[in-house]
Amino acid sequence: MNKSIPPHGTEKVIISRKKFSDLIFENLTFVFALMILGIVLWIIYEMYFYSGESRSAFGWEFIWSNEWEPVRKEFGALAFVYGTAVSSILALIIALPLSLGVAIFLSELAPKIIKSTLSFVIEILAAIPSIIFGFWGIFVLAPFMRSDLQPFLQKYFGYLPFFQGTPLGTGLLTAGIILAIMIIPIITAISRDVLKAIPQSQREAAYALGATKWEAIKMALLNAKSGILGATVLGFGRAVGETMAVTMVIGNRADINISFFEPAYTMASVIANEFAEASEILHLSSLIEVGLLLFGVTFLINSFARLLIFSVTRNAEGR
Amino acid sequence: MKLDDIKFTDGNLQRRKILNRLMLSLCTIAAVLSVAPLLYVFFYTTFSGISALNIDFFTQLPKPVGETGGGMANSIIGTLILVTIGSLIGIPVGILSGIYVAEYSNNIFSNIIKFVTDVLSGIPSIIIGIFAYGVVVLTMGGFSALAGGFALGIIMIPTVTRTTEEMLKLVPVNLREASLALGVSRWKTSLKIVLKTASTGIITGILLSIARVAGETAPLLFTSFGNRFMSYSLTEPIDSMPVRIFNYAISPFEEWHKLAWAGAFILIFLIFILNLVVRFITRDKYSINN
Amino acid sequence: MKVILDTELKFEEHQKLKGKDSSKFAITTTDLSVHFGLKAAIKKINLKIRRNTVTSIIGPSGCGKSTLLRSLNLMHELTPRTKVTGTIKILDKDITEYDVINLRNKVGMVFQKPNPFPKMSIYENVISGYKLSGKNPSESFDDIVERCLIHSALWDEVKDRLNKPAISLSGGQQQRLCIARTIAINPEIILMDEPTSALDPLSTMKIEKLIHDFKNDYTIIIVTHNMQQAARVSDFTAFMFIGDLVEFDKTKKLFTVPTVKLTEEYITGKFG
Repeated sequence: MNKSIPPHGTEKVIISRKKFSDLIFENLTFVFALMILGIVLWIIYEMYFYSGESRSAFGWEFIWSNEWEPVRKEFGALAFVYGTAVSSILALIIALPLSLGVAIFLSELAPKIIKSTLSFVIEILAAIPSIIFGFWGIFVLAPFMRSDLQPFLQKYFGYLPFFQGTPLGTGLLTAGIILAIMIIPIITAISRDVLKAIPQSQREAAYALGATKWEAIKMALLNAKSGILGATVLGFGRAVGETMAVTMVIGNRADINISFFEPAYTMASVIANEFAEASEILHLSSLIEVGLLLFGVTFLINSFARLLIFSVTRNAEGR
Repeated sequence: MKLDDIKFTDGNLQRRKILNRLMLSLCTIAAVLSVAPLLYVFFYTTFSGISALNIDFFTQLPKPVGETGGGMANSIIGTLILVTIGSLIGIPVGILSGIYVAEYSNNIFSNIIKFVTDVLSGIPSIIIGIFAYGVVVLTMGGFSALAGGFALGIIMIPTVTRTTEEMLKLVPVNLREASLALGVSRWKTSLKIVLKTASTGIITGILLSIARVAGETAPLLFTSFGNRFMSYSLTEPIDSMPVRIFNYAISPFEEWHKLAWAGAFILIFLIFILNLVVRFITRDKYSINN
Repeated sequence: MKVILDTELKFEEHQKLKGKDSSKFAITTTDLSVHFGLKAAIKKINLKIRRNTVTSIIGPSGCGKSTLLRSLNLMHELTPRTKVTGTIKILDKDITEYDVINLRNKVGMVFQKPNPFPKMSIYENVISGYKLSGKNPSESFDDIVERCLIHSALWDEVKDRLNKPAISLSGGQQQRLCIARTIAINPEIILMDEPTSALDPLSTMKIEKLIHDFKNDYTIIIVTHNMQQAARVSDFTAFMFIGDLVEFDKTKKLFTVPTVKLTEEYITGKFG
């Protein structure tokens, strides 16, 4: 008897007339929301438009060439892509195990008071501007790398091509470490939230089967893996786009070297260093094309990360 | 995930217990290792900064190379001006678009806006700088405070939008109903009840986004550029603390390094205070639900 | 199970028995249906509610009683994908002819969970209807606050702390504050959606007494799933079941000699 025919056109539908003032307000907020869409589209258009010179001059060769000679008007971005990729991957390799450790410590191990204090400390430290990390990197980390860490690595792992060359202090490895320090708070915060979203009952089930605490945590980690992957990818995206700290410690030389001790250059750094002084149209245009490349890469990385995190939090809500 | 993936009963109990101890210790060590460098940065900056800080820092202009002393008065004023311009752009756009997404969110368009907001917040700030360069610097024919403020404003928008949206959605639906049932129109309900109830959370988000852009350097390098002199003009290049710190930090002069540390300390101190304020006002952030 | 009932006819009979003027109806609905998407929440409800009476709507949860109530001041528009069809007449005027704001000024609403505005004081809550929409009342705010708080039996408890936040009050006091807030804008009709279900017995008693006292000034429709409450406070009772209006009659009659078997089963506790 619960069946009924849905209302069709002939029946009188009761709706109130929309107030004029309500319409104005709704449309006002709509216009502002539209602005965000407009800004993003405009950014894409502008980068594409202003990189036109460079794109027509070099075509796809731009990505595969590592010649960056403003004087000879030769521009290729490969060295920057390499520098960005290697420094960010190094950062990820260092940051991921540490962040996971902190996230587990925060969500599963720490007593409540340490938990909230530590979360707060990490939160505040995550707000330290990039420029200050770079500054610290020049004056504290780079000398330490030069006199301690790099000689140490060379002594014990010097047979690997990654750790050969002169310990200069600045270079890919230093940039990777600075980036790792900067992205640890991001990966930690999201991983912790993802772990918290795993229902307590699952851990209890594991304990009931005789699991040790670590084994129960391992199970929670397995369940949270796509969320943690999302957090990692998001941290990676941040590392890729990070500018100032890297610029100050990576050495800023457009070379491709297998050694992590050698100076390198990233996409963001070259824009930061050369944009204000670039007077040639082609130079400026090439820098903007580097920007377009950077935008494309971070866009893909972030979209992927959002997708992963979204799928996890949606499942958690559904529980 | 299958339970078989982990074999609780496999192997030696002793071995499992040792592994348990080991892994839990490693996690604790990781926590210490991760926080240590962050704390190191914080305290190193604080101590180097305090020892270099004096009254001149706040009152004097930068001195040319070779002369001792000098300060960052122009950079402090510049940062204040830039952050103000940024707020004037970022806060209204952020709040109003946040209202749209939260209050009129029954269509595809608001999902597009949510997605685009995420995209915007993921764009590296240096690219926002290029955008501001194209939109403002090229149009006005030179570096200016407006260009820098514009870039900072764009960076603020996604944070403010997301916080506004999240905070508005926390406001219980029964308050909306109460207001509408009293014959209050929808837009007045949105502003006077919903927005007001969520105001604490939104202010928090705004403060955090201000703290973030105050330290932004990359988008200012080729928008507001820098200026050795005191400038209040919106159409002239203007100095800012982060850019001044950057230029001093990579310089070879020890006198400038000291000033840069003092500046870095002031920036960190500002951000620290803003975060503490946020902590303080969000102590009872869940009270609106009860 | 199909129940066909000419409630209107029944109602006319009562009017004749009472020997009163039957022309003045506060609310008349004709074939009122509400759909959420394709699912019907209430189906072809025909109801005539006399002025200055208390009508309660009872029925098991999910029967559509709140949906019916919420369509009477167009609050259904807050729920997406809701479609209301049929006609509703409020005070002999079609509901679509009202400006929605004027309508809600005439038809006030009290909700299940007390919902005073948390950022406002007790005083501000009472006059919030004016303050929020920027209207000017004919009397002073002080007078309104005093009159409405006395009327809602809250004055003695709060007169010394009118500027305290409204959420500092107890649940029962908050609900009476919400009633004061509703009557402050001088409605003709008050809709109450299970107003006491979140309250303790003592507060419930106070509010039931208010409802009784209000009869001279307002037409009240109260949704409740407490049958004793319906029997205590109302003159008329409507029994709903899965979207249908099963029986609508004088409360005394409905609870003693129901005409429909389903009603009898419900009021004797066989289900629900």
